[in-house]
Order: sequence, then structure tokens, then C-alpha cells
Amino acid sequence: MNKKTTPLTLIEKEYALPGNRACVGCGLAIAYRHGLKALGDDVILTVPASCLTVLQGMYPVSSMLVPCLNTAFETTAASATGIKAALRALGRNTTTVVGWAGDGGTADIGIQALSGAAERNEDFIYVCYDNEAYMNTGTQKSGSTPMGARTTTTIGGKLQHKKDMAQIMSAHNIPYVVTVSPSYPMDLHDKFKKAKDISGTRYIHILIPCPPGWGYDPQYTVQIGRMAIECGMFDLYEVENGAFSFYGPSKKIAEKGDRKPVEEYIRAQSRFKGIDQATIDELQKWVDSKWETYRQLGYCNQ
Amino acid sequence: MNENAKNKPVKQTTNDVAIMTANHAAAYAAKLAEVQVISAYPITPQSPVVEKLMEYVGSGEMKAEFVTVESEHSAITVCIAASAVGARVFTASCANGLALMHEMLHWAAGTRLPIVMAIPNRAVAAPWNILNDQQDSISQRDTGWMQIYCRNNQEVMDTVIQAFKIAEEVYIPIMVCYDGYVLSHTLMPVDVPDGAKVKSFLPEYVPHTVLDPQNPRNINPVTLADPRINAEGTLCHGYYEIRYLLQEAHTRAIEVTQKVGREFGKLFGREYGIIDTYRCENAKLVALSMGSVASEAMDAVDMLRDEGYDIGVMHLRLYRPFPAAEIAEAVRSIGCRGLAVMEKNTSYGYEGVLCSDTKAALFDHRVDVFAHSYVMGLGGRDVKVQDITEALKKSYEYLDKPRQEQFKTQEWINCKI
Amino acid sequence: MGTRDCKHITASSSPSIGEAGRTGDWRVKHPEINNDICTPAKTGKPSCFICWSFCPDAVMTKTVPLTIDLEYCKGCGICAQECPTGAITMVDDDRGFSHTC
Repeated sequence: MNKKTTPLTLIEKEYALPGNRACVGCGLAIAYRHGLKALGDDVILTVPASCLTVLQGMYPVSSMLVPCLNTAFETTAASATGIKAALRALGRNTTTVVGWAGDGGTADIGIQALSGAAERNEDFIYVCYDNEAYMNTGTQKSGSTPMGARTTTTIGGKLQHKKDMAQIMSAHNIPYVVTVSPSYPMDLHDKFKKAKDISGTRYIHILIPCPPGWGYDPQYTVQIGRMAIECGMFDLYEVENGAFSFYGPSKKIAEKGDRKPVEEYIRAQSRFKGIDQATIDELQKWVDSKWETYRQLGYCNQ
Repeated sequence: MNENAKNKPVKQTTNDVAIMTANHAAAYAAKLAEVQVISAYPITPQSPVVEKLMEYVGSGEMKAEFVTVESEHSAITVCIAASAVGARVFTASCANGLALMHEMLHWAAGTRLPIVMAIPNRAVAAPWNILNDQQDSISQRDTGWMQIYCRNNQEVMDTVIQAFKIAEEVYIPIMVCYDGYVLSHTLMPVDVPDGAKVKSFLPEYVPHTVLDPQNPRNINPVTLADPRINAEGTLCHGYYEIRYLLQEAHTRAIEVTQKVGREFGKLFGREYGIIDTYRCENAKLVALSMGSVASEAMDAVDMLRDEGYDIGVMHLRLYRPFPAAEIAEAVRSIGCRGLAVMEKNTSYGYEGVLCSDTKAALFDHRVDVFAHSYVMGLGGRDVKVQDITEALKKSYEYLDKPRQEQFKTQEWINCKI
Repeated sequence: MGTRDCKHITASSSPSIGEAGRTGDWRVKHPEINNDICTPAKTGKPSCFICWSFCPDAVMTKTVPLTIDLEYCKGCGICAQECPTGAITMVDDDRGFSHTC
């Protein structure tokens, strides 16, 4: 088992260059920075329409030191498939192909291509960075928006719960599914590194706190991400060849059961402004139910 | 201009004549071209192309990565990504499947990728219809793809091979179209080109931009309206200039298509151009068409010539880029006074697109002949020789009218409304 | 002098720092590290570097002491928020002047 990376041991090379278009305090910028450090030089990225498209710069200047093929919104998994197929045909077998899509491009418009690719166990890493709405186009709802959250298309707060993409991908029986957080960048780095050495379809789901979209001061990006995990709205776990295991703070929650109530997390973000008690209770029930399922499946006793 | 007498036997360069459908010919040509990545989604009547390719790959006759995607949108995306990385790619689709690809057709052309797609033309829903017409490929006319229409299975075999060469020289994706069922499922003798000769005919595909970790570039990011200076201080394109380059390449592609057609002729004994004519000497009226209707029209013209009509057939092989000057010149040099444009498509709200495009070309080049628009065969409505002869006779009556009375509104042949 | 000389036939970008310009202009506050409190600065040994690890824009150097590139620092304040010793404070920018740490 490899030793856990620390800021001391983490490589210094930056693949994401400063002075890019990420918002102030962008959670994706942290995740992307560490993901790329873990993936190294020999990668080809493919990125659909999303915040990352903009972060990566406008022609003819890019902001990253890795090659990338931009692609249409719904096509990330198909694009990654095509890149890998060509690499195989050309005998270039060392390069890792990584798709980086937002929650819109994953849970909504992109889900067909992703599901198809996962069924074929295509050999690439698929990263879903989930800021829980279509942030790039001004915060419209996505299938990954939590209940109660206001967006421009869920004015009074979303009426439905979010899709659990990590579980959907787990049900495809792909070799590796993992959830990570920019609040725990060393874990994020190490999971990316682990994924890199696995063959087949690997799915990485990142919860990305978003200052303008979620409504909080940018300095709290890392803290908000922590709070999401501490109250069980987002859970850190791996599913490796079907075997589920929590890690990090979620593992502690599984062992000790000391999950915080969701209310503090909700009240810290103005996207939940005006939320009524009934909806808060619904969210708490959703989290409780999710954790009860984990318990019944034996996940809390790893 | 090629004057193909329709009953001349196909010139054989090898003893390898097979009886095959156009679908089989398209797949076989892709095999000869040694494509490296195939991704396609089945749709009637294209499925045999995909199945044939799978047979070749499965038996080891063909070394290609074959991705069985879950939709046409993903099929074309896989081709785009693979072509961008540097693999020679091939796909096939038609009708609603081709329509589903539409967004990515723009993408492929805008990325200047030499993807070759075989299209056994089929009617687009609604309502559902699996039979032949050309509305599917015609609807994609403005995406920036080249389009070549084939009259018979030999042309399909030969054109798919040439398509790789043309596309990889001008960096434009290309559709090779042939009528669904009429050609896709009909057996004809096809001279099968020798594999080694095809290999020598087609140079290795060299992508114009490389995805190389050693030299990281970001391909197809957001591009501004205006030019912008890059990190090296060079003024780079705006979106407008990138699209201009595509148009420029299309203009060059007319000559490249002719050049490749000549080179093919030298090596394989069958030369190809962009316009074919049949019995146009002294023709007063010319039937203009694309695809198998042009073959049908040759029989019609034989009958009419016997009856004393001075009518010929012109087949437009290359539809996009549209060889406006060449068509106008061909019509002018024939000296006919009118065209009967027969096509299996229409631009709703106006008329058949070949008719419109041709009239514009004639107007620009001051060739003042009439062009009647005939729509036929949509949804597999049978196009009989007598349908064509009736239409041609009708248009023939306009030859002696005063010029200002020679216009006739679009007519739908054999419509039983 | 047209754009044809760039020799691109499709949109293909090359990398550079500062793609969005001088993003230091975005901020209203900038971080200042108190090297008497900052662990690596105080001990003179590489250690901690938590602020460096969280910086979304990679404008900090993993050096002893750390430096911050104020040309591109957007002033998000995450470093100050996450510093375990409270060594970083966010200080109002003087409008119109740039300075290094």
C-alpha cells in the first residue's frame, strides 16, 4: 500500500497555470490542480462544455500543460472512447485518457454516452466535477442539484432530490468508482493516482463547492466542502471491483456514527435561502435514509 | 466530363470481380483502405455495412478498433476523437441516425477531420419510412462535409477509396452517398481493386494537429469573434477565419476530387470526374440528377431518343463543394435550352436543392436556360422509367415557349394525392 | 498582416501563464504571511505547506519562506482561512498599486 501523499511530498510541478479564468475561490481549480498532479505528463484530456472549458482558456492561449480535446456537451465519454481507440490503433499504449465533465455533462445530457461507455468498460478515467448545477451558463438546475437549492430554473428551490451518480456508476460494475473532495486534496491526489493504474472504466465524482453558485464567501470553499461530508450530504468512498469502503471523515462517521445535522451546512449557503423547515427535514431524511442503506448493506462495518 | 456509355462493360484491371451490394462494397473499400477505427450504430438499410466490417475484424482480415457505441451521436463522436488523435476512421449511417449526428457533423468539419462516412440514403421520419430518398444527406448539406453521390455499386467501391485520399488531402470530412435498397441491397458485379494497389494509392494519414503530451495543446476551445495573439506573439484566427479556411478548402476540393479521380483511373482503369454525361450531343433538354435516378434516366433517354427527342442525362457526382462553374460550363457547352432536374429531396418551402443550386450557378455564369424542379421517390415511392419519360416530355414542351414562359413550378412525380 | 501565418487550420491553443490577463486585478484583498507565525518560515524547515496545497490558482511557492505571486493571486482568502496557525491575514489592496510579498 502506497504511503499517503502530504503537502510536503506532493510534486511541485503545476499543470494548471496561474492567471486563468477560474472564479475567485473556485473549488474546481483546487481539484483540477491536484488531479493533474496525480495524472502526470502522459495524459490526454477531453472536456465538454462546462466551467472547465473556460478555465482552460480561449483560443489561442491555454492555461494547462496537458493536451486536451474539447468536445460537445453530451459527448465526454464517447470522445474519451474515441481517443483511446485511436491510441490503441496507433500503438500508443501508455497514455491515460481522462474525461473531465461537469454534473450537467454527466448526470443529464451526458449520461447516455457515459452509461454506454461504462457498459463497454472503455479504458479511461471519467471525472465528474459536481458543482450541483449548470454553473458555466449561469446556475441553471441540473439532475445533480440538491432538493431545496435555488437556481435560475428552480426559483423556489428544487423540488426533487439529486441523482446519485456515484451509485449509478457503481451499478454498472466498472472496476473503480470513487468520490473525492477538494477539501481533502491529498486524498483526492492519491485516488487519482490509484485510478491511473487501473484498467477499464474508472469513475471519479468530486463535490465542488462553488462560491457564486452556492452563495458563500470564496474563502470558505474548503470549509463548505468539509461540512458537506461531515453532515453526510456527500460521502467519501471507493467501490473497487464491487467492494465498497469508506475513507477519510466518512469512514469515521461510519465507525462512530457522529454525523452532524444538515441544517448548519444548508444555512451556510444562500442558494438555500428561504428554505422551509419541511424541506430541511426532507434533506435530513434523505441523508438519514442513505446512511441507513449503507448500514444495511454492511458498508459501515468495513 | 465523362461520357459513360451505360452498356460498356466495366473495365477490369484484375480478375477479381465479385457480385456485391453497395453496402458490401462500402465495407470492402474501408477494409482496403485499412481504416484503423470504426464506430457505427446500426440503422436500416446501413446495418449490413457495420455487420460486414465486424465480420472482417472478427476474422482477422481487418485490423481495426471497432467500437459498438450506443447511438449515432456517440458513433460520430468516437470517429471525431479518433481522427483527431491520428487514426484513419470510417463510419456509416443514414436517415434519423444521420440526423442524430447533425451537431457533430458541424464539429467534424470545423475540426477539419478527414472522416469518411458511407450513407445508404433513406427517408427521414416522421412518419417512419425505411426506404430510399436523399433527404437525409441533403439535410446535412450546410455542415461543411463534402458529398459525392454514386450511381452504382462499382462507383461506391471506387469512391469510398478515393474519399480517403481526397479527405486527407484537403482535411474535410466526406459523405459517400448511395441510394438505400436501390443500391445498398442490390447485387451488382463489382471489380474489386487490389489491396496492395489501394495501399500504394492512399498515403498514410497525417493529422494536421497532434495531441502530444510532449507538446500540450488545447484543441477546439472557446474561440473569440476576433483574432487574438497567442503566447508566442503570433496573431491567431478568430472563429471567422477558421471557418473561412474551411470554405477555402472546399473550393480547392473541386480540383482535388478531379485530380484524385484521374489518379484512380491511371491505377485502376476507371477514371472519375465530378460530372458525367450521357447522350448529351445535340441535346435540347438535359435531365440532371444525383445518384441512381441518373442511371434510371439513361434508360428513359434511350427510349426518348428512339422516339426522336433530343434529350441527354447529366449526373452530378460531386454535390458539395458545388462545382458551379463546371456545371454552368457543361450546360453551356452542351447547348441545351432547358434542364429537368430530378431529385429525391426537397427543401420544404422551396424546391429540390439541386435545382436551386444549379439555377444559381447558371445565373451567375450567364447561362440562360430554364431548370424545372421535379421531386420524386420520397419514402421509396417507385421511380419508374416511364415516370421519368413523362416528366422529360413535359419539360420538352417548354423548349419552344418564350423565355419568360418557360418557368414551371415544382412538380412531385407519381404523387397519388 | 493576416492570421493565416499562424498556420492553424483548426482552433489549437498553446499554454501560457496569465491566459485571463493579470488576475491580480480581480481582488480587493491580498494575503500577507506573518513569517514569525508561519511554521516553515519560523522553523526554517520545509513543513506544513497547507496553504500552498489549497491555493486554487497555484500562486504560492513551496519554499521557505513561501512567496505569493500577486500578479495572479485572486485574493480568495482560502489560504488565510485554512492556515492552521493563523499566520495569514487578508489585507486591503491599495488601489492602483501592485506589490510583492
